Amino acid sequence: MTASDNPQAIDRSRQAFLSRSTLLTSVVLIVGMLGVLVLNALPDGNPLHVSSATVALLGKYFTYMLLALAVDLIWGYLGILSLGHGAFFALGGYAMGLYLNAQTSPLPGWQAVMTYFPVAALAIVLAPGLLALVFGWLAFRSRVTGVYFSIITQALTFALMLVFNRNEMGMGGSTGLTRFYELLGFSLSSEGMTVALFIASGVAVLLAFWLCRAIVVSRLGRVSMATRDAEARVRFIGYRVDHVKLALFVVSAMIAGIAGALYVPQVGIINPSTFAPLFSIEVVVWVALGGRATLYGALLGALVVNYLKTVLTGAVPDAWLFLLGGLFVLVTMALPQGIAGLLARRRGRQEASA
Amino acid sequence: MTDNRLSAGQRLARLLTLSLLLCLLSAWGTSAVAAVSESQARTLLDALDTGNFQAKGEAAQAIADSDAEQKMRWLQALLDGRLGKERRGDRFYIITDDSGREWPIIDAISYEDAGTGTRRTVDAFRINNDLRTQLQGIMASLSLASGDEASRLQAADRLLGEVSSDNVETVRRTLADEESPAVRERLEMALALHAVAQGDAEALETLRGNLDTRVRNALTPIAAGDDALAEQTRAVLDGIENKRAWYSRAQTLFFGLSAGSILVLAAIGLAITFGVMGVINMAHGELIMIGAYTTWLIQQALPGQPGLALALAIPGGFLVAGAFGVVIERTVIRFLKGRPLETLLATFGLSLMLQQLVRTVFSPLNRRVSSPDWLQGSWQINEALSLTLNRFGVLLFCLAVFAALWALMRFTRLGLEVRAVTQNRAMARAMGIRATRVDMLTFGLGAGVAGLAGVALSQLTNVGPNLGQGYIVDSFLVVVFGGVGNLWGTLVAGMSLGVINQVLQPWVGAVLAKVFVLVGVILFIQKRPQGIFAPKGRTS
Repeated sequence: MTASDNPQAIDRSRQAFLSRSTLLTSVVLIVGMLGVLVLNALPDGNPLHVSSATVALLGKYFTYMLLALAVDLIWGYLGILSLGHGAFFALGGYAMGLYLNAQTSPLPGWQAVMTYFPVAALAIVLAPGLLALVFGWLAFRSRVTGVYFSIITQALTFALMLVFNRNEMGMGGSTGLTRFYELLGFSLSSEGMTVALFIASGVAVLLAFWLCRAIVVSRLGRVSMATRDAEARVRFIGYRVDHVKLALFVVSAMIAGIAGALYVPQVGIINPSTFAPLFSIEVVVWVALGGRATLYGALLGALVVNYLKTVLTGAVPDAWLFLLGGLFVLVTMALPQGIAGLLARRRGRQEASA
Repeated sequence: MTDNRLSAGQRLARLLTLSLLLCLLSAWGTSAVAAVSESQARTLLDALDTGNFQAKGEAAQAIADSDAEQKMRWLQALLDGRLGKERRGDRFYIITDDSGREWPIIDAISYEDAGTGTRRTVDAFRINNDLRTQLQGIMASLSLASGDEASRLQAADRLLGEVSSDNVETVRRTLADEESPAVRERLEMALALHAVAQGDAEALETLRGNLDTRVRNALTPIAAGDDALAEQTRAVLDGIENKRAWYSRAQTLFFGLSAGSILVLAAIGLAITFGVMGVINMAHGELIMIGAYTTWLIQQALPGQPGLALALAIPGGFLVAGAFGVVIERTVIRFLKGRPLETLLATFGLSLMLQQLVRTVFSPLNRRVSSPDWLQGSWQINEALSLTLNRFGVLLFCLAVFAALWALMRFTRLGLEVRAVTQNRAMARAMGIRATRVDMLTFGLGAGVAGLAGVALSQLTNVGPNLGQGYIVDSFLVVVFGGVGNLWGTLVAGMSLGVINQVLQPWVGAVLAKVFVLVGVILFIQKRPQGIFAPKGRTS
């Protein structure tokens, strides 16, 4: 008997899906997005006006939040720490970059297929998905876990960085892909496009959030959490742990790919530095700061850290790495549950005193 | 030191030769001066004034065979295109400087200053490529007959492949008089090469296994024929190719081992800490960097004494990096016991902070650490094989560090305790071993070894804030490949990864070689998750 055969089980999972935090996060996301749009529509002189540059920045944050979600899905709920998620992000970005380049000048060789948006859209999810499938299959089959898995993912993204730096790859070498002008026939430099990309990114975050939430409360999600907590036991009960891991890993990689694809037109460039191990590990710290295994924590962490980064790299560039490094140490030692943990503890205290 | 003694010896030898010559001269009297008369000289030079290059060559040979004192200078000037004849007259000039429009000239026979000449007044003798080659051969055989050993050796070396029927007799005569074995060997080589070109198969024996590129180049056209000689030549050439291939393999092996020794040095500290504490120290690369900066600092403090600075940097780098390690263990890692992923993140944060610290304190620019004299240059074993001394030194250093660590693990109390904690922490504690103290010392030791790796690295590359960054992934691969907490495994894994990388490089390029190694290791741990040397028994 599976969960869907049992009305009670469906009911329970629906309840879990519509938990307080899910509702609150969805509302905050939607209201925030609409709010930004309304403020952006205000005339220039208005003190509450939000400039298009800010909208573009927020759109970029949205893609980072999407990437953080992807990492939280596997780190928070499956316990596997990927230090190479930037690779999937970058692959999605390169797929998008090729498509955008194809709009201005025809691409050589096999890359010509990327001229068509449906092919490009497919590549955006399939390229990271396939890489995750092959890599994950190899890694999970031989039960590579813990720090081993982390370092091997780091090696993966490092290797890809080296490969994409080669000019022979046809991916622009160390300069990467740039000079994008048109997306789906619309100019990328127009304000309407900025807003459209902002909305697309926001909607993507919302959808991905719901998807992750649905996965987490499903049977798959429960098995994955059990795997996180006691892998051997789950295996002995009879679950194919490697299949569970592989499924979530691939989904996570695809989300990361979409994030990369949305990121590229907003930033205007994709180059091999996105494959750099430092970027991937930064993503992990967003999630850690926000709070593992909460999903909304990942969104929060990505927003907070990137806002700090934008402010600090402008004001005191030297201090940023100190702060980022300090964040790693602080979060792991003093805030193991992240900001979400702090919030939950406060709520717990309030409920206890009430 | 050695150089001075050598040159003093040479000077003495030169002095002796000179005095001997003077004695001879005084004994022979005027006949030994044997300068040709002016008219003879004029005849010799006049023969050069012809448009026919073959005749010019014969004239040059005649000059070389003559007793004219000035013949070396004439031939050199002819070779440089600076020997000429007056256009309206019959004087011969040597142009001493042909850079401007007006050339300062001297009389070719008396060396008297003759004012200046121009293109209009002086007609320089032209030469072509064949003649140039012939002249070089003539000059070489002339300088063979005179000069000290070094210049004779140089001349003999130049003769290789330049011996022709014109000068072969001269070379044979010189060989008969020559005493230095090195010069003899070269002359024999040159003669053999000429003999083979003339169809003498026996001379091939002399050339068997010769590694000089010129021998190979000269033999290749001969081997192209289809007579018996060509067949034999092909056999000799194959032998030469074989030998060269072996030496180049040895060279690759050496480069691989030297790259591998860096990997071993970088990884071995990681292997110890990972084995004992199950902790990945992502700041390991930065500890390497600290070791390298320590070397640089000590060198700044002791200008002009790179040898002493390096000797001090070995304990210095160990202690400084070790101290950093102990501090990291006491302040961070201790509190994250049993949470390896969190430890990984925290140490990564530390690595970022250390990098930025160095950038702020020492500037982000790369620093150059100079090597002492005895680590510079290379050790040329033969034509095909030379070992760079700094890489050789690093290889030896790596083996020494490995031996010291192995002895420490094998024979000391600390080593015993470390091995006990590695195998079974709970049981070791039950036996009264203070595991926390072992943790701290092990971490300090691992960090100290990283510092030593930094000292070694500073001899190979520039020192900068990003020095250590690239090594963490590689080091971890070595640790995984070799088997966790296993010194021998780390040594074998590091060396083999270095060699494999070096072997792949000429085929696929440096970047892809690295990628292949990464993929290879990932595939390898599919088969053997425990590494090359899996721990025996039920240790997990």
